[in-house]
Amino acid sequence: MSENRWLLPEGMEEVLPEAASRLEDLRRQLLDLYRGWGYELVIPPFIEYLESLLTSTGSDLDIQTFKLTDQLTGRTMGVRADMTPQVARIESVTLRRNEPTRLCYMGTVLRTRPIEPGGSRSPLQIGVELYGHHGPESDTEVITLMMESLKTAGVGDILLDIGHVGVFRGLIRDADLSKSQEAFLFDILQRKSVPELQQFLEGCRTGDSAKLQLATLCDLNGGIANLEQAAIKLQGSGTQVQQSLQVLQSVANLLLERIPGLNLHFDLAELRGYRYHTGVVFAAYSIGHGKAIAQGGRYDNIGQDFGVLRPATGFSADLKQWVQLSGRNTMPYRPAILAPWDSDPQLQNVITNLREKGERVIQSLTNQDKISRCDRRLVKQGDSWEVVSL
Amino acid sequence: MSVESGKLTIALSKGRILKGSLPLLAAAGIELSEAPADSRKLLFATSHPQVRILIIRASDVPTFVSYGAADMGVAGKDVLLENDVSGFYEMMDLQIARCRLVLASRPDADLGKPCLKIATKYVKTTRDWCAAHGYQIEVVRLYGSMELAPLVGLADAIVDVMESGNTLRENGLVVRDHIMGISSRLIINRASMKVKTGLIKPIMKKISAAMPDEVTC
Repeated sequence: MSENRWLLPEGMEEVLPEAASRLEDLRRQLLDLYRGWGYELVIPPFIEYLESLLTSTGSDLDIQTFKLTDQLTGRTMGVRADMTPQVARIESVTLRRNEPTRLCYMGTVLRTRPIEPGGSRSPLQIGVELYGHHGPESDTEVITLMMESLKTAGVGDILLDIGHVGVFRGLIRDADLSKSQEAFLFDILQRKSVPELQQFLEGCRTGDSAKLQLATLCDLNGGIANLEQAAIKLQGSGTQVQQSLQVLQSVANLLLERIPGLNLHFDLAELRGYRYHTGVVFAAYSIGHGKAIAQGGRYDNIGQDFGVLRPATGFSADLKQWVQLSGRNTMPYRPAILAPWDSDPQLQNVITNLREKGERVIQSLTNQDKISRCDRRLVKQGDSWEVVSL
Repeated sequence: MSVESGKLTIALSKGRILKGSLPLLAAAGIELSEAPADSRKLLFATSHPQVRILIIRASDVPTFVSYGAADMGVAGKDVLLENDVSGFYEMMDLQIARCRLVLASRPDADLGKPCLKIATKYVKTTRDWCAAHGYQIEVVRLYGSMELAPLVGLADAIVDVMESGNTLRENGLVVRDHIMGISSRLIINRASMKVKTGLIKPIMKKISAAMPDEVTC
């Protein structure tokens, strides 16, 4: 036991100097990017009362939240497992603006268990939320900003996958399924288990056309050019399905206009976050990486627990994961300059100047000739101090 | 993850699944470069320039596919039910390596006891099924030779897969209940399905066309 005391718990990772430096650079660049787009930074507390953390979210987040008792009040507090509900609380309870509000945030979240196998339990969550507007414009803005963020992070070869939970909700309504049937079907669609879907539909008393449409749902995915064809297969479905498809198409058109060379796919059976999402949902995949690297969607009901029903959309991602994915070339770790220990006042001036220019200058304490992580040194040449490579 | 773009990695396991999968893959233009039985290799090139095949333990297939170390895999439904991992789609029932998962015991065993001892390697499936059928149970986790457990008093009953029923019969056990039919599924990593859809969909179509009736994709 005592020999293992330095081990970190599973899924809790630390970031060492080189990666930490790149992560911090990226954090600054992204927060600057969001400021440029008018997204204001908020810093919610690391822990707060559980009721407020678990608003409108469903049981998944409850299971994922570490809990502890507040010694002052006896109430249960939770360590945030997701910052989105906190930011929603700030927007609807504290800020209460009667206009579209753009907020961004960045901070560590803790999870009792990783979302995906091998995933982190302490991701560094970064994200943006846009409140107070319902329509393809805000969906498009948030998705465009997500793609811009990935570009800033130097994560290449992105595939953007979009869907709309209204298609599934509408089909459920058309088919007149019970809550428990809906939950069962949801589980099947998450796994796109076509054999189980057929078995399930055979046992349903739903009309044939509704069955046919639900049966086809697992196939309705692919390049965005095929979206119209998919819509044809869902012809005759209710207005909710039709409206959802129209919204999806217009968001797709706007995105293709705004982002040149976008690799855009759609998937009408993609139901990630289905319990709280209400509209367009999206995720970014990096080719060669087996999991989504950023995701988000519309969740128009999140404020209702605070008495304010505000439309909202946003995305979030794990900054630690992004730093691992981004090429070293896009964010090089620049080695430092070694300076000698010397009483020459001119040397101090030179060092100060270099540091102000953003160089890292390490002053030798024991007059070593070499120091690791330095690739240049300051040497006196004639009257002046010059930087020469080591 | 190690998966290169433009390449497809398929995870299979030795035995019945491999035997059943090879003809289906051959229909999609994917044939192993050498016979796996003659080789200790675990990674095989195929006649399809973009596809390679991993031969791993059956219970590891969902893990490889879930992490994205393989894009696709073939795994028995029994293995999928035991695995808690997610991150993949179960898009096709390949109708191969078929068998049944059954509850079996000695003919005279009383299954109405307040707490049944059940020996199995399908711990999760056994717990779920017994809970749904009102059996209070204690699971004895075994890795093989399940049939022995009731004979030596280790358990009242076993939950295991059965093909012909010969092993059960030879050990004096009878089927007490049919839990479910098992066959192998084609599973596909969620991200691969999206990112490599142009490579995956044609293969699925060809496999589907090569399959016996009453099966769709």
